Amino acid sequence: MKVIAAMSGGVDSAVAAARAVEAGHEVIGVHLALSNNPQKYRSGARGCCTIEDSHDARRAADVIGIPFYIWDMAEEFHDGVVENFIEEYSNGRTPNPCLRCNEKIKFAAVLDRASALGYDAVATGHYAQLNESAIGRTMHRAVDPLKDQSYVLAVLNSKQIAGAMFPLGDTHKEDVRIEAKARGLYVANKPDSHDICFIPSGNNAGWLRDRLGSEVGPIVDEAGNKVGEHQGAYTYTIGQRRGLGLSVPTEGGTPRYVLKIEPKSNTVVVGSKEALAISTITGEDPIWCGHAPVKNTEHRGFAQIRAHGAALPCMYIATDSSITAKLDEPLLGLATGQGLVIYDGDRVVGSATVSATE
Amino acid sequence: MIPEAIAALSEQISQYGNASSLHATGRAVRKKVEEARESIATCIGSDASEVIFTGSGTEANNLAIKGFYWKAVEEDLQRNVIVVAAFEHHAILEPIEWLEEHEGATVIYIPVAAHGIIELDALAEIIKTERDYIALICVMHSNNEIGTVQPVAEVVKLAGDIPVHTDAVQSFGKVPINFAALGVTSATISAHKIGGPLGVAALVLKRGVDITPVLHGGGQERDIRSGTINAPSIVAFAVAAQRAVANRELNYSRISGMRSLLAKKIIDAVPDARINGSNLEMLPGILNMTFPGTESDSLLLMLDNAGISTSTGSACSAGVQRPSHVLLALGMSEKDVRGSLRFSLGITTSEEEINSVGEVIADVVAKVRSAYLGATK
Repeated sequence: MKVIAAMSGGVDSAVAAARAVEAGHEVIGVHLALSNNPQKYRSGARGCCTIEDSHDARRAADVIGIPFYIWDMAEEFHDGVVENFIEEYSNGRTPNPCLRCNEKIKFAAVLDRASALGYDAVATGHYAQLNESAIGRTMHRAVDPLKDQSYVLAVLNSKQIAGAMFPLGDTHKEDVRIEAKARGLYVANKPDSHDICFIPSGNNAGWLRDRLGSEVGPIVDEAGNKVGEHQGAYTYTIGQRRGLGLSVPTEGGTPRYVLKIEPKSNTVVVGSKEALAISTITGEDPIWCGHAPVKNTEHRGFAQIRAHGAALPCMYIATDSSITAKLDEPLLGLATGQGLVIYDGDRVVGSATVSATE
Repeated sequence: MIPEAIAALSEQISQYGNASSLHATGRAVRKKVEEARESIATCIGSDASEVIFTGSGTEANNLAIKGFYWKAVEEDLQRNVIVVAAFEHHAILEPIEWLEEHEGATVIYIPVAAHGIIELDALAEIIKTERDYIALICVMHSNNEIGTVQPVAEVVKLAGDIPVHTDAVQSFGKVPINFAALGVTSATISAHKIGGPLGVAALVLKRGVDITPVLHGGGQERDIRSGTINAPSIVAFAVAAQRAVANRELNYSRISGMRSLLAKKIIDAVPDARINGSNLEMLPGILNMTFPGTESDSLLLMLDNAGISTSTGSACSAGVQRPSHVLLALGMSEKDVRGSLRFSLGITTSEEEINSVGEVIADVVAKVRSAYLGATK
């Protein structure tokens, strides 16, 4: 096959590209430039898309012996990921930009361009597995539970997983590092990237304040009594306990948590831990990763609501426009805007964006 | 590098000695350097004493721009205006922008007409209103992206006693250029563009004109450029210059013939492709074309995969292609600029290579167009 290896400059995508070559594919390396104003260096484990990363990607491609190009996707990334991130926060939701990036950039803009240019697949260093069976191509958790990235890939539809290749899904991260070293890839010890790549400072609240302003508003309890003030409602997230700076303590001194964010009235509602408990999660705009479940019928499965969160046993019902998961055990605190991902065992069934909880 | 230059470099590199030393080995090296200087001077039409060797064309341009600017403002604080063609090489534009940001320079850009020649009327107007304040005028001898030769002699006439610097890196050895006849105050030439070694170039600076140095040290080159003289590369530079000038007419007709053939093959295959830049005088080896409805980075990728090397505008430090400032200066839309590609031809370019472009270009452009359409849907 003709394969485009998306190379971030990190160890995973470098080894993934090398494995694609070894598997006999005709591979070219492509680094995605996602920022119009790239940082010079990478600081620790934070961020990506620095000038240093593009050099590292180029060096890795040289070592592997494949052609290397840089694709400028800064505009697509800004419009599809960064703008969406800001908009979701301004609506009082807590988005996951990594899901949007996989959905709109890596396996959409990149895959579309790749196919038009005559390439068959895009290979990345994501940790997930793709299997072929009687129900067609399906996506599954990686063998390394600590690195499993199937959650952030659950936004890919059948067509997208048909054009995806994840050469690392069957390997543990530590073995990938050992392999990188053996292959002479000097990024072998480069730290993993975490956090939000387009906020290199790591100060998400400050970054949002710069873009959405910092209008002071009330923090109220469930009865509507004002118990404090905040510097912009969108910098809070459901379930948050720290940094509330409340001036009125509760009677028994029990801690309070953010229950609700109301962007229109610029109000943050706080309350007891118990009030955070939810057992039904509804998500909108479902995407099916291959074989779709029978609609309007209850199925047994697992719900996952964070990238490295637990798989929560549930019954779920899919419709054309939603997924509703009824959890066996209640869950404390879930922000709307997050991704709801449904698994059948280790198979990713699909995902939706959390729109309501109760 | 051409074989003769490699041979000269190899031989001289074993003659260890500092050309500035007074002992016998030093003098022997010095002799070679001065012979090379005389030979390069003959090739460019200058006096030997006018040739100042530098480590790169970028360094020579920095030396001229900063040297003339600092000299001018030292004499008269009000002479802080630099007039420059809008589509110069980055090695000209960046030092000028640096002076604007850090040293109080005022920059006036000479507009460029759509066919790729600076607008002399506009320059005349600028000189008329700013004459007493202009420290330096910079106009490249020929443009490196579209190949158009500029009317530098006319610029010199308009400038009168205002210094004129020309970046002649692209022209030297390719099209006729004579320093004395042109009348410019300074010109940059570089070895690596004519089959000489990397890391050696020269600023040709009129006799009697002193400019402020950028590098300070031993003052080896006319007290204007310091640094140990790179004798082996200079000797090889001279050999390459002699060969380039001796073969210039032959190479010109051969390479410009190839260029016409390439343009014809491309337009036969992609009828709506357009050539950017036209003049009676052109560099023979540059063909810049716009393929409407494409993105040049995809064109480059697909042609590279077919074994054909091309270039786009320039890349930023992260390697991201930026729309060419040269084509933007011609008034082209950003969309058309993003769909433009440069083919470079040289003495080794063969007809088979030209034919191979003709064979693949239609399919490459069709695929890139469908990718572009998909992305803009």
